[in-house]
Amino acid sequence: MQEQGKESSTDSQNKKKENNLKEKKDLICCHDAGLGYENKSIIEHFNFEVQSGDYVCVVGENGSGKSTLLKTILGLIKQVSGEVVLSDDIKNGAIGYLPQQTQVQRNFPASVMEVVMSGFLNQKKRFTFYRNEDKKRAIYNMKRLGIESLQKACYGNLSGGQQQRVLLARALCAARDILVLDEPVTGLDPMAAAELYDNLHKLHQEGMAIVMVTHDLKSTVHWADKILHLSNGSYFFGSVHEYMDSDFSDIFSIHS
Amino acid sequence: MSFIIEMFSYPFIVRAFIVGVLVSLCAALLGVSLVLKQYSMIGDGLSHVSYGALSIALACNVAPLKVSIPVVIAAAFLLLRMTEKGLMKSDAAIAAVSASALAIGVSVTSLTTGMTTDVNSYMFGSILAMTKDDVILCVLLSCVVLALFIVSYHNIFAVTFDENFGKATGVKVSFYNSMIAILTAVTIVLGMQMMGAMLISSLLIFPALTSMRLFKSFKGVIVTSAVLSVVCFTIGLVISYQSAMPAGASVVLANLGAFLVFFLLQKGKELLGIHPAS
Repeated sequence: MQEQGKESSTDSQNKKKENNLKEKKDLICCHDAGLGYENKSIIEHFNFEVQSGDYVCVVGENGSGKSTLLKTILGLIKQVSGEVVLSDDIKNGAIGYLPQQTQVQRNFPASVMEVVMSGFLNQKKRFTFYRNEDKKRAIYNMKRLGIESLQKACYGNLSGGQQQRVLLARALCAARDILVLDEPVTGLDPMAAAELYDNLHKLHQEGMAIVMVTHDLKSTVHWADKILHLSNGSYFFGSVHEYMDSDFSDIFSIHS
Repeated sequence: MSFIIEMFSYPFIVRAFIVGVLVSLCAALLGVSLVLKQYSMIGDGLSHVSYGALSIALACNVAPLKVSIPVVIAAAFLLLRMTEKGLMKSDAAIAAVSASALAIGVSVTSLTTGMTTDVNSYMFGSILAMTKDDVILCVLLSCVVLALFIVSYHNIFAVTFDENFGKATGVKVSFYNSMIAILTAVTIVLGMQMMGAMLISSLLIFPALTSMRLFKSFKGVIVTSAVLSVVCFTIGLVISYQSAMPAGASVVLANLGAFLVFFLLQKGKELLGIHPAS
């Protein structure tokens, strides 16, 4: 017990130090990069960066390269040209990814606890069993999202919104400083979607950087600081204000 | 009870029991992942490949297991790669591979030895087929399968539940997929002589399907499958001994019985308005 106490206090000290010393840490940095598959780039001369505490929305039509960008950030594909620099944590798999749900998962026999705990696998390089502190952290993350009472519930029996919160808790177990979400409100009813946005806003205020691919720009534009709009090889990246004044925003007609 | 004691006084029954329990255990554990990943048919496909390999081994007069284990592992790899790269849909790939392997097996046999009782026992299983060497090999390999499964339990869960998240967080998804395929291949080859090529795949899917009726956590499903599989195998073996049925058939019937019982319990629970156990 004593050991754990020590560890967590040094942990929080470290965090404070980090916050004081490096207010903004580069998490993702693309410099003049070409992103795509097998030497064919879908996006070229791409400059993009995410720093700690950013809230970035990624929008664009189907086929504009959103999933290519996601895969590059997640380290599943290499850039075709230019430079993509990921922070060391992200390279080691400490990325809070919230993928789109698959059909297999809908009726999957797994308890919520089992799903959330699987977020820790990236930190178990040598030994595959979970530690006690992992369990505590999992419960803490479930509390942050208001699902600690569902611990023993079956994932397959939950509503869409609850399932999404469980996957978010798993993402929080995988990473402390960045969440990457792939169309998180698809298939959710408006109430559940609003709840999810509230939760994300809360996490953002606690210092979490958020990168969200979405079709639902109207609701997210209030929360986000920056917008990345991908469109047929060209793109816009800048603050929400700049975006509103640009031609790109007309496509989504947010002004109306 | 006396007939059970009598039954186990025969060394071939003891051999069949040891091999059967171990193979059922391995099959049940791997089966949960296969069923959830919608790869149930892979067992069926691989068992046909194993049949093809066995008939070739028989024709060339070599030890059957030594030929079929590498061949079936290769087939498992091939099937996995074909689906992963999107060359073919997995059900189509499996159907093609399994029909071809069966055809090769039947052709080889009819050209060389002819349809003998040996071939019949590979198709439908025989508890007499187990030699002492088979038992030793089987015990060793099953222990390896069980050990690997337990050590990589959490990773297998991650790979089964969500490949995309796994990939993103650095779980070696294709490594674990290959491992599942190889372990499945080994399990099928080991169990085939007893259960028969036609019936071995039921050992993979039935326990998982049955336990999923009532259990809603991954651990619950895994543990129940393992227990059910061993119990059903024992019941099947006893029935087979009593009524001189092929062991494969009676084991599958025992599994079917368990499935129906669990199915009725699930329906009963739903009617009474009790939510499924968590």
